[in-house]
Amino acid sequence: MNRRYLRALMIGVSVVAAFVIMHYGCQESKNLSAGDEAERVYVAPGTYDDFYLFTSGGFSGHIGVYGLPSGRLFRVIPVFSQDPEKSWGYSEESKPMFMTSYGFIPWDDAHHPKLSQTEGIADGRWIFINANNTPRVARIDLTTFKTAEVIEIPNSGGNHGSPFLTENTEYVVASTRFSVPIPNKDVAINSYKENFKGTISFIKVDKEGAMDIAFQILVPGFNYDLAHAGKGPSHGWAFFTSYNTEQANTLLEVNASQNDKDFIAAINWKKAEEYIAQGKAKTFNSIYYRNYFDEKKHMGFSEQKTGVKILIPEECPGLIYYLPTPKSPHGVDVDPTGEYIAASGKLAAVIPVHSFSKMLKAIENEDFETTIDGIPVLKYESVIAGEVQNPGLGPLHTEFDGNGYGYTSAFISSEIVKWKIGTWEVVDRIPAYYSIGHLCIPGGDTRKPWGKYVIALNKITKDRYLPTGPELTQSAQLIDISGDKMKLLLDFPTIGEPHYAQAIPADILMKNSVKIYPIEENEHPYGIKAEKDARVVREGNVVQVYMSTIRTHFAPDNIEGIKVGDVVYFHVTNLEQDWDIPHGFAIKGLQNSELLVMPGATESIVWTPQKEGIYPFYCTDFCSALHQEMSGYVRVSSRGSNVAITYGTGK
Amino acid sequence: MNTQSKIIVIIASLILVLSFFFPIWYIDLEAPQYPEGIGLEIWLNKITGQKPHDLENINGLNHYIGMKEIVPEAIPELKIMPFIIIFLIVFGLISGISGKRSLVYIWIVLFFVIAAVGLYDFYMWEYDYGHNLNPLAAIKIPGMAYQPPLIGSKMLLNFNAISMPHIGMWFMVLAVVLAVVALIIDKNSRKENG
Repeated sequence: MNRRYLRALMIGVSVVAAFVIMHYGCQESKNLSAGDEAERVYVAPGTYDDFYLFTSGGFSGHIGVYGLPSGRLFRVIPVFSQDPEKSWGYSEESKPMFMTSYGFIPWDDAHHPKLSQTEGIADGRWIFINANNTPRVARIDLTTFKTAEVIEIPNSGGNHGSPFLTENTEYVVASTRFSVPIPNKDVAINSYKENFKGTISFIKVDKEGAMDIAFQILVPGFNYDLAHAGKGPSHGWAFFTSYNTEQANTLLEVNASQNDKDFIAAINWKKAEEYIAQGKAKTFNSIYYRNYFDEKKHMGFSEQKTGVKILIPEECPGLIYYLPTPKSPHGVDVDPTGEYIAASGKLAAVIPVHSFSKMLKAIENEDFETTIDGIPVLKYESVIAGEVQNPGLGPLHTEFDGNGYGYTSAFISSEIVKWKIGTWEVVDRIPAYYSIGHLCIPGGDTRKPWGKYVIALNKITKDRYLPTGPELTQSAQLIDISGDKMKLLLDFPTIGEPHYAQAIPADILMKNSVKIYPIEENEHPYGIKAEKDARVVREGNVVQVYMSTIRTHFAPDNIEGIKVGDVVYFHVTNLEQDWDIPHGFAIKGLQNSELLVMPGATESIVWTPQKEGIYPFYCTDFCSALHQEMSGYVRVSSRGSNVAITYGTGK
Repeated sequence: MNTQSKIIVIIASLILVLSFFFPIWYIDLEAPQYPEGIGLEIWLNKITGQKPHDLENINGLNHYIGMKEIVPEAIPELKIMPFIIIFLIVFGLISGISGKRSLVYIWIVLFFVIAAVGLYDFYMWEYDYGHNLNPLAAIKIPGMAYQPPLIGSKMLLNFNAISMPHIGMWFMVLAVVLAVVALIIDKNSRKENG
């Protein structure tokens, strides 16, 4: 063979080989190499996880409850969205929890779970979460893992920046994502600059958890995005990011991205309390709803409220300051010491970290750049503590490990970046699969982070799991942060879209978990304490069925005398006082959800039979060996029939 | 009896008072579905669940096999037993104070007779509950009875029933042992003196 030909062939082969090596060799491995990761996330059957993880359900409107490190899903808590499985939003008792000044709202988009705090440490009493679309905040009781209260926020265009808590859960703070005319009115959309305003709301939380709107602050018409309250030395202040300081009302992706810097609004809420006490607030005639669930009556109640106190910054000097922050900041996160305020400019090349003490000094020295509607804008150089350089593209949120490091999620470069507080240098980074939004370290936004893990809450899943058609599972990733290098341990699927999440050591919650509702404390007006009180009562065309369940029968289980056109209320009391023995109730043709009644509780569902005939009903929860026998019949007669009401069990 | 023995008999009588404050017997029921445990405690004057609602839950489970409901108010022995123990306490105090050895002997014998009758009675109740079953019961297994053991353990379908004396009973045993000790000490002191 010709040597020249041979040489050419060899060169050709080498070039191909080089390409092949480059192609495969440069691809980073997205898969776990076998190490001790499996052992680190393995929770043996019958043993418990170390942490509870609460993830927002995003557009599902629920909250997911998981264990860490296993990533196992334990419960979905329905909050803002109806859930027929748990009759949430279908039972007569839960319907009031969905009331707003817009009527019954069956769905919302829940973003930010937040655990109640005492002295800046998560205490496990409640978890709060926001409704983004129809502005509301819910409080979930962590002894029952049930939604206990929902309060509507008036004068808000969209409740994204909430619920963030002050150090002792004095207030839930909330900012409006969209500015709108306040009070709302019919104006031209392009009169934005003239007519549109933002609000920042402070919701008072009392000792029992009951919420009410304490006051609102009327602020310039920007988009207010996220928030965090101060802690330790910065307790008494709360910080809110804003974007669209350009005040665009169309094509925001371009028009709201023009300013070099937008603002963090720093609000002195102790000062606000003083102004309120001095009577500086104006009262707006705003209407809003407060809905709460009475644990003894097993029933939700809805009350309409009128009137909100509003503070105007121009009339209240010292109430609010703007901290210039680069490029449409998203998250604003206060470190465990309360001194540093990390902001994440979605489009910025650095993470600016403001200093609380420098901010106070700048206020004292009046280092103001300008004033907007009576709000002084502090000079960037006077408040900045440092900038984290090269933090990844699209930084969004920061959590802290309590050991002097911040962990920032970078959406565009799809990674978590670990940086050191004080030197502001990046010390480690790890890829997220894919496009991480929020991240969560147990206690990572409190004064006492428990550390150990960071959970990446991702926006895009693509090829990480078995495909399920166009709509894929949502995904979180568990990353070990106990060493110098972050280490990916586990991918696990989540419900809805996980925005923010909160984690807390299991032992804080599990000892308070309720097992049953004591039947003797049941004050439901249609509840019964014993089977002998089961009865059927006709009140015109309304029929009240006082029904009991206990293994393994309904009382009554034969009901006659119901007529087409009747409105039948089944009030089902579960007389069981044994752990984990719920009973269900469903009747053929029920245009409503099933009931799933916990031991000692009463729930009611409405049934309006349309046709005469025999309708079987049964228990939907496999309660015992004779569960299949737990059933009954309702006889429905014609409209004019004279069949009398009769009922019984075992007769 | 010598003073020391008298004091011991008086203490033994007073220890019986403690048996009012603790259950005298327990029946544990172990089953896969009850990792948290479920069971009964038998006191001198009542029967309770080991945890709140255990008694009603046991009655609930028992209805499947047609066992009668355990209704403590309907058991006459629970009304009588406190008086028997009060009688024993008073008798013991009189024996101790008087210092008559014969009375202490009678006390001990009475004790054993009452214990024997009590256990027999307990056994008969258990027999009745275990055998006298509702013929309409959902679960009927030919030849199967559900009598819990008097003492020890026994499998009853998915439940392992464990029946044992509780703290109150051990106080009673301690009282008898002390009475016997008092007699021995007294006997020895007589030998030394005599």
